[in-house]
Amino acid sequence: MSATTNLAAIAPMRRTWMPRFLRGRPALVGGAALLIVLVAIAIASPWLTGNPQAISPLNRLRPPSADLWFGADQLGRDIYARTLQGARVSLLVGVCVALLSAAIGLLVGVLCGFYRRLDAVVMRLMDALMAIPSILLAIALTTLVRGGVLLVIVAITVPEIPRVVRLVRSVVLTLRGQPYVIAAIAAGTRQPLIMLRHIVPNAVSPLIVQATYVCASAILTEAGLSFIGAGVPPEVPSWGNIIASARSYFQIAPWAIFFPGVGLALTVLAVNLLGDGLRDSLDPRASRRL
Amino acid sequence: MASHILRRLLATVPVVVIVAVLVFLLLRLTPGDPAAVIAGDHASAADIERIRASLGLDRPLLEQFFIWAGTLLQGDLGRSIISNMPISSLIAQRIEPTLSLAASTMLVSLLVSLPLGIAAAWGSRTWVDRFTMVLAILGFSLPVFLVAYTLIYFFSMKLGWFPVQGYRPLAQGVLPWLQGLALPTLSLSFTYIALLARTTRASMLDVLSEDYIRTAQAKGVRTRALLIRHAFSNAAVPVVTIAGIGITLLISGVVITETVFNIPGLGRLTVDAILSRDYPIIQALILLFSGVYVVINLLIDLLYLVLDPRIEY
Repeated sequence: MSATTNLAAIAPMRRTWMPRFLRGRPALVGGAALLIVLVAIAIASPWLTGNPQAISPLNRLRPPSADLWFGADQLGRDIYARTLQGARVSLLVGVCVALLSAAIGLLVGVLCGFYRRLDAVVMRLMDALMAIPSILLAIALTTLVRGGVLLVIVAITVPEIPRVVRLVRSVVLTLRGQPYVIAAIAAGTRQPLIMLRHIVPNAVSPLIVQATYVCASAILTEAGLSFIGAGVPPEVPSWGNIIASARSYFQIAPWAIFFPGVGLALTVLAVNLLGDGLRDSLDPRASRRL
Repeated sequence: MASHILRRLLATVPVVVIVAVLVFLLLRLTPGDPAAVIAGDHASAADIERIRASLGLDRPLLEQFFIWAGTLLQGDLGRSIISNMPISSLIAQRIEPTLSLAASTMLVSLLVSLPLGIAAAWGSRTWVDRFTMVLAILGFSLPVFLVAYTLIYFFSMKLGWFPVQGYRPLAQGVLPWLQGLALPTLSLSFTYIALLARTTRASMLDVLSEDYIRTAQAKGVRTRALLIRHAFSNAAVPVVTIAGIGITLLISGVVITETVFNIPGLGRLTVDAILSRDYPIIQALILLFSGVYVVINLLIDLLYLVLDPRIEY
């Protein structure tokens, strides 16, 4: 039994290239396909639906029907239009936070892995940032500064950075001991070149996987922030603030919460599936660990 | 050992200090005029000045810091801008529901996720394993408010087993207290169960492939003893570590769950403070929650010594 567990636990380490990359990976294919559909809907949503902010008192709290597919909220706003257009903010925030935190995390992480003195200072700062619950840090920022989506992106990025920095730093520290890096140092290669040519390419795979998870968590954080009123302003429909504005009417009009909620769950699920798939393909060691 | 504990205690000092400095600087260095933002759109110039003075923003930066740190060290968290109540008493009023919710979530999560993770690792590639992995990915993907509203819809509105919203203090009896806590706890536990079950499974898989497990099996150790005493006691360290780091997840979840269920706890206090732009309260809560995180992770670090006697410092 233990032997079979053992075999099952250790995924065979095989080289992956494009056709194989996708074959036998339902999570990767499913996640990517779902995400492509969702992104397409988000981009096309202004042409697929009417005005998400249009108030029509006649439709107040109308349940889903043939002409109002997802029903209407307490102001008679079309939940179908709001849900579809809400996808734009979520995906925008998710992608921007992932890119920003990956870029900053890569830069800081590589530098920390190379310069011990900088490392000592930066890692204390990262420890402190890790100790602050991400949603609270974002709340503090959005309470103090007036701003729209851009501010929300920055506020969610800041608490995500430490995780990325730690990951990159640990990769760099492992790589620094590798014979080929030592050889490069011995050959007198300049440090920036070592970082760019020998370290960064090897840190890219785990970074991509981590960025996908950051994207998923950023989408959830944005929804949470907008839900408690510290996120995207109500003029811009986002899944979080659609749910927030329908909250008091939940018992009469549950559809106004259900549809944006399912949209949010599907998006995060797609990104997470993509992340798991990428992890299994790009980083077999990590897939064994989790 | 004693010196290790002392050193570990001292190591938390810079973290706490940096958190405090960050929280302090956040208000002072943000672009724009925070006093004007806090005062809101309809404030007069006098209102803005009053808020600026009450936050101490009209003084030099260094002087502000020492005044602020001094009062903080005396245990004074400041006063609310809106109600002028001391924040420490606001927190004291609201702490019971949050503590109840956090404790019950922790308990439920551990009770569900540990057996699930162990079973998934033991029955690797069976239906238990698949179920656990599906649950894990759902736990990371379903937003807490969707889970919460779905539970309310079925268990409160359709079946009527639990109250739709609200919190009953423990002083009003254990049963109503538990009834009020049941759905918030379930919603909040979901992510945490996913996190812990996945970590337990991974950690158990590592341990189960060790030689001594096969030896124990060959000796005829019973499965239950093998899994719990031989395997899990060695797999516990990563699980406890993740549980500690996950505290921030729990705290973020508390803010949202308390809003959905209308529970008058610290999360609700945070949301009320956001809506009224009562920054001192938000600042105090960040310090409080970060302090909780630091203390819990310190305790977990010390727990390693108990869990794994091989760890020596």
